[in-house]
Amino acid sequence: MTDNKKKLGLKDKYRYLTRDLDWEPSYQKKEDIFPHERFEGIKITDWDKWEDPFRLTMDAYWKYQAEKEKKLYAILDAFAQNNGQQSISDARYVNALKLFLTGISPCEYQAFQGFARVGRHFGGAGARVACQMQAIDELRHVQTQVHAMSHYNKHFNGLHDFTHMHDRVWFLSVPKSFFDDARSAGPFEFLTAISFSFEYVLTNLLFVPFMSGAAYNGDMATVTFGFSAQSDEARHMTLGLEVIKFMLEQHEDNVPIIQGWIDKWFWRGNRLLCLVGMMMDYMLPNKVMSWAEAWEVYFEQAGGALFKDLERYGIRPPKYVEQCMEAKQHVSHQAWATFYQYSQATNFHTWMPSEEEMDWLSAKYPNTFDQYYRARFTFWREQQEKGQRFYNNTLPQLCQVCQIPAIFTEPGDPTKLSHRSHVHEGERYHFCSDGCRDIFKNQPEKYVQAWLPVHQIYQGNCGGADVESVVRDYYNIELGVDNFEYLGSPDHQRWQLWKGEKPLAPLKQAS
Amino acid sequence: MTVNAIGEYRFAPRDLEANFHGQRLLYLGWDRHLMFCSPFAFLVKPQMTFAELLEQVVMPAIAAHPDSARADLRQATWYLNDAPFSPDFDASLEANGLRHKDMLRMDTPGLNGLEGSCS
Repeated sequence: MTDNKKKLGLKDKYRYLTRDLDWEPSYQKKEDIFPHERFEGIKITDWDKWEDPFRLTMDAYWKYQAEKEKKLYAILDAFAQNNGQQSISDARYVNALKLFLTGISPCEYQAFQGFARVGRHFGGAGARVACQMQAIDELRHVQTQVHAMSHYNKHFNGLHDFTHMHDRVWFLSVPKSFFDDARSAGPFEFLTAISFSFEYVLTNLLFVPFMSGAAYNGDMATVTFGFSAQSDEARHMTLGLEVIKFMLEQHEDNVPIIQGWIDKWFWRGNRLLCLVGMMMDYMLPNKVMSWAEAWEVYFEQAGGALFKDLERYGIRPPKYVEQCMEAKQHVSHQAWATFYQYSQATNFHTWMPSEEEMDWLSAKYPNTFDQYYRARFTFWREQQEKGQRFYNNTLPQLCQVCQIPAIFTEPGDPTKLSHRSHVHEGERYHFCSDGCRDIFKNQPEKYVQAWLPVHQIYQGNCGGADVESVVRDYYNIELGVDNFEYLGSPDHQRWQLWKGEKPLAPLKQAS
Repeated sequence: MTVNAIGEYRFAPRDLEANFHGQRLLYLGWDRHLMFCSPFAFLVKPQMTFAELLEQVVMPAIAAHPDSARADLRQATWYLNDAPFSPDFDASLEANGLRHKDMLRMDTPGLNGLEGSCS
């Protein structure tokens, strides 16, 4: 530092606090300091071409985030003191939060771990600083989400042990394995998976539905968290785009590698998001928009423009994207039907839509709902009214890659389940789709190790031999309290008491 | 293709038959009955006969469906790993050629699910 000005200009400060932190090593080779930079085959010729997307220095970052925290915690306090839990649209809504806390918040923590790791492994200081800031963002997100939802934990069931559940409960292996897959990849694949495919291409489909859902349903705590995270998310999206353009511009040999990763991570992200789809269409008492509409706005329109822009690098839209155009009319119904029938093993409640809600679904899904799903849901509702609420007492076949039960239908034929299998080194593996089977075939050694919850139960690695003891003892889901049907559940009864209604007797839980 | 890794990358498959204590995984799907959201994953003894599989495992699994009362599983059209298959009902699963992690599909003609919706 040669000049003696007391206060640095923004540009100088930025330079000193990012690029200037780097130095040319003199007694170690760069390859030894950054040993993970080359094994994936990505060629970086000039790290100086990296455009820092954040334009933010650490001191400004702390200051800015601290101000946001202050506001957030003031509102969370006010929410708690005013019994905000009683002002939500309906207690059914809280089940969306249970899904978020066990399914999404731990992924924020996984993202923190992932960015902290890859931020160590890039030769360029700009990329390292960007990853460091995103790592801290992600850690902040998991903390603020936990704090925003902790108030609900005092008044509703199923929110009591989210980290334990994330590691064990069958459906949570879907988000968990998604991040395990990304984090066990090399640093460039991790960024393509999380920064680009997830944060840039798909994040609006996760964030907007949950945060708008919170707003439409009177959940000020979660809305405020959403606002507090919004500017971070915008930065993460910018990083995602910078990462992909930087890699593509560095060397033409990078193009096919990146295309393969985009194909893989788009498909994995699309599968993961069916959880959001069912949340939007079935779990929000006040609906925001349908899943199909969200997909059209946030993927087809925004994603369409993005991939047009990437065409000049030789990148095409992700493989099987056309299957999603059809699937957007089906996946939310298929996912909700799955959770409804396996509600004995979830930490949240499920229910059948009312007649009015079914009419909304047929209006939003004119080509699919009445034809393929209405009879199923009407039958279940009638069974429930007869005291024979349907639970599926078997265990489902899981996809070896996305780990979702094989619930999706064949492209072009919604009356048939989509199923693929493949024999690798004498072992047979099963998949929900061509997309998942392709991912397996590209890296079979990675997925032969998959910890599939159903198979683990059958191997005796999850405690008891029966589902009930696995759910109670291994998952720490309290039977008859956290799980099963919403109607007549303790959550429902408590809500009715708050609202001055006579609590509904619990349903007989046998199928 | 294989995994690009920083070292040797080989792992034993997690679901080898040896890990299931003498039993085997068997998957079964019922065509046009999507009320059951996915194919079933059963744990079965290879010595069990195909008839026992139907009575003790498959029938209880599908009992909640109204079509199950009318389904004659002995007359069903069967597929094993997507190839046509004619089970010998009195022979064991082993003798029927069912291996660990095989997939059966059954089609019961004339039964098309709840109100014909394939549910």
